[in-house]
Amino acid sequence: MSASLPADKNARQSILERIRSRELPPRELPPLFDEGIRYADRWAQFQEVLSSVGGQFLSVADRDGVAATLAKLPVVESSRCRACTVPDLHFGNLDLNAVDDPRDLAGLDLAIFPGQFAVSENGAVWVTDESIRHRAALFIAQHLLLVVRQPDCVDNMHQAYQRLAFGERGYGLFISGPSKTADIEQSLVIGAHGPRSLTVVAVP
Amino acid sequence: MPRVALFVPCYIDQFYPDVAWATLEVLERHGVRAKVPEMPTCCGQPMANTGCVNEARPLAEQFVEVLGRFDHVVCPSGSCTAMVRQHYEHLLHGRTDYVALRNKTWELTEYLLDVLRIDPPRSPFPYRVGLHQSCHGLRELRLGSSSETVGPRFSKAQKLLESMQGIQLVKLTRPDECCGFGGTFAVQEEAISCRMGLDRIHDHEQAGTEVLTANDMSCLMHLDGLLRRDRRPIRVLHIAQILAGRTPN
Amino acid sequence: MTESLPIIDHPAAAARFVDDGARTGWHDQALWFVRVKRDRQAHGLPEWEALREQAAAIKSHTISRLADYLEQFEREATRRGAVVHWARDAEQHNAIVLEILRRHGARKVAKSKSMLTEECHLNPFLQRHGIEVVDTDLGEWIVQLRNEPPSHIVLPAIHIKKEEVGELFHRVLGTEAGATDPKYLVEAARTRLREVFLAADAGITGVNFGVAESGGIVVCTNEGNADLGVSLGKLHIACMGIEKLIPRCGDLGVFLRLLGRSATGQPITSYSSHFHGPIRDGELHIVLLDNGRSEILASDDFRRALHCIRCGACMNTCPVYRRSGGHSYGATVPGPIGSILNPARDAEKYSTLPFACSLCASCSDVCPVGINLHEQLLIWRERIAARGILSGTKRLAMKFASHLLRRPALFAFAGALARWGLRHLPRFAFYHALNPWGRQRELPIPPRRSFRQEYRKRHERQPPRG
Repeated sequence: MSASLPADKNARQSILERIRSRELPPRELPPLFDEGIRYADRWAQFQEVLSSVGGQFLSVADRDGVAATLAKLPVVESSRCRACTVPDLHFGNLDLNAVDDPRDLAGLDLAIFPGQFAVSENGAVWVTDESIRHRAALFIAQHLLLVVRQPDCVDNMHQAYQRLAFGERGYGLFISGPSKTADIEQSLVIGAHGPRSLTVVAVP
Repeated sequence: MPRVALFVPCYIDQFYPDVAWATLEVLERHGVRAKVPEMPTCCGQPMANTGCVNEARPLAEQFVEVLGRFDHVVCPSGSCTAMVRQHYEHLLHGRTDYVALRNKTWELTEYLLDVLRIDPPRSPFPYRVGLHQSCHGLRELRLGSSSETVGPRFSKAQKLLESMQGIQLVKLTRPDECCGFGGTFAVQEEAISCRMGLDRIHDHEQAGTEVLTANDMSCLMHLDGLLRRDRRPIRVLHIAQILAGRTPN
Repeated sequence: MTESLPIIDHPAAAARFVDDGARTGWHDQALWFVRVKRDRQAHGLPEWEALREQAAAIKSHTISRLADYLEQFEREATRRGAVVHWARDAEQHNAIVLEILRRHGARKVAKSKSMLTEECHLNPFLQRHGIEVVDTDLGEWIVQLRNEPPSHIVLPAIHIKKEEVGELFHRVLGTEAGATDPKYLVEAARTRLREVFLAADAGITGVNFGVAESGGIVVCTNEGNADLGVSLGKLHIACMGIEKLIPRCGDLGVFLRLLGRSATGQPITSYSSHFHGPIRDGELHIVLLDNGRSEILASDDFRRALHCIRCGACMNTCPVYRRSGGHSYGATVPGPIGSILNPARDAEKYSTLPFACSLCASCSDVCPVGINLHEQLLIWRERIAARGILSGTKRLAMKFASHLLRRPALFAFAGALARWGLRHLPRFAFYHALNPWGRQRELPIPPRRSFRQEYRKRHERQPPRG
């Protein structure tokens, strides 16, 4: 198993001793920052930033219309293999729980997952793998669609972290736009390794 | 009346005497008769910036001893002023006469605006002027807001120039990039230094600069050296020269 | 120290780079473009300067109690199922990584960008031991295929033109000859690298931030390559410098806001992944590396360099870096921050780096975590002079200048001589190989009299009042 390596103990001790051997003047830890920018219309700001980072945004006004609206999206219409873990939405034809090896997800066209909340300042959505057996699905799917409830939008990252607790094991991430790269002459190309598109849908 | 000393940096003394004369004239126009002592000849920056603190320290000591006797010290160079205000501490730590000197040493444009509180001049200067924001004045003395920092925009040099009659301040694509002089950097990294200077010149050319000015003659010495080599038409004038009424040619 | 020779000659390397004028302009412009994007983002936040101050204060505090925080981090990470390893130097670090891989029988590794593993030269080490490592960040992959180091810590292939990528991919991936469209080239890389991800036995990532409070690590990418590399298999090895710690989860808000904006002018990277413990049925190993960091921590002058979050903003803004290219620094971390960190490792080898700087201080103003870069560069110059490794001519010139400048009469005499010479001697007396000033520049037009000569004359005639 993962028994520690022979060198570990000594290295650990010597590093810590070395650091402690030099007494440094105390520097106070400032209180958490809370002067973050606010926006009059959080979703409008979110939409603007999301589109600037290559994502698409859609807001659905009434609860009953969500499924119908999504069904008409080109990214949904054109996808063959779909996974969906958003309650009450039945777009999935691949059950992640039935897949044992995430490598078998290589053919996934579209993943539809719940996002916990959106962040206006940077167009990001917080997503965890709670409802997703294979977190790889977030990255290996050709297209990603995140569904966020309309009340769940904060102004800035400071508010975002107020909502987050990391008490136990877990995995979560901010996703802002689709996978992209500018590594060839700074030209932005959408769809590097991960999803070629990201759609964020705000629902009642 | 405060006793005012004008510190004339070494290269201005030897190569650009008119910059010092122009500074004296501008000060005199605003009621200040500044004196120029024989010493110090140099603030010590060339040595300090090369890491040779032991060679720089005697000059810093000389500076404090001689100019400390005045009530105000004015210098037509942001870089030399920054040397005194920001870097002498390190050379002279603990000398109380230094602390006093630090608080009464000013670069010319801040002396005019913040100490003498003059009204920006309205004299004529009918030229397209490119203002080079010399780095040490900008980022060490904060004579203006640097493009990197977020906050209110200002520039003391621009404030002094903009109300002159007929002046047109050009718009550069890179408002405060370094010209590449950098003291001994200019010779040690000659290739980069000159490339940086030429890039600044191209920016001024595309903006239509006729007269290139700055708070620091050292930047202008470097840029002028490049301009004259290629016989480019842009002329350089130190900001004191413009304020004193000099014209190009 | 194994890296004592050869001594890096930055001026010579820079001169070679600048020699290709068009390419220099292109390189400068590409990086300036990133700086402009950064400005747009920074100026969009009224609280930008307050954020920078907060980040600096958090980092200073963390470093002042680093040992405590490291222990807390280890405790919390372990509690959440991660295995924490400690490495004093690159050698130990590499040995630990290899040992973990071997224990899992891993032969193929998908690695995401990590300057720390570059610093440790992990790739060649693993390859020597029969392990195939693929750098999956597109820029890193390009330089790996070209068998050269990255030239920038965030934009590893910023020095390479699309035509060159096209040729490389034609050779390696069989893309169409002459194809240079980045979209097409990225698509080809995507196809190939997906195979790499699917075949990998393990994923190695760097760490952008470690959180003491929760034992979590945060990894930021735009491509999603780090996550793909560690979510398809069961083994994740995260390599982390001990200075990457921050105390609280809530502090991440500050740093994630600064990082993306400073690095590439994005409001945040596409993916900012928070790992607390391993993937289901998998293992997460975190390797903590010192490798000289504790030495920098002990130095009052350079401690703040440990604030660095490797955003690369100081490189993008540095007028020297933009025109000399990252490789001219001969080090894993180039640019202003590299010119501070590398001499700490080997002052002699990297003695020209602190001088590869015009002291414009743009780096200090752009740094999101308040490192006084230009001041530290100046201190390095002093250290280098004090250690007697300053070039002989420079030392002599400064001694001579200081001697002269302290004596007004002597200075006046020397000045008069020089001005006389400039007026009367033939041009070749001043414009020759030993005077770099005159290679591309004219010397000033010498006035007949110096200011002080004239001043004395006027005041002898008309003595000043008072």
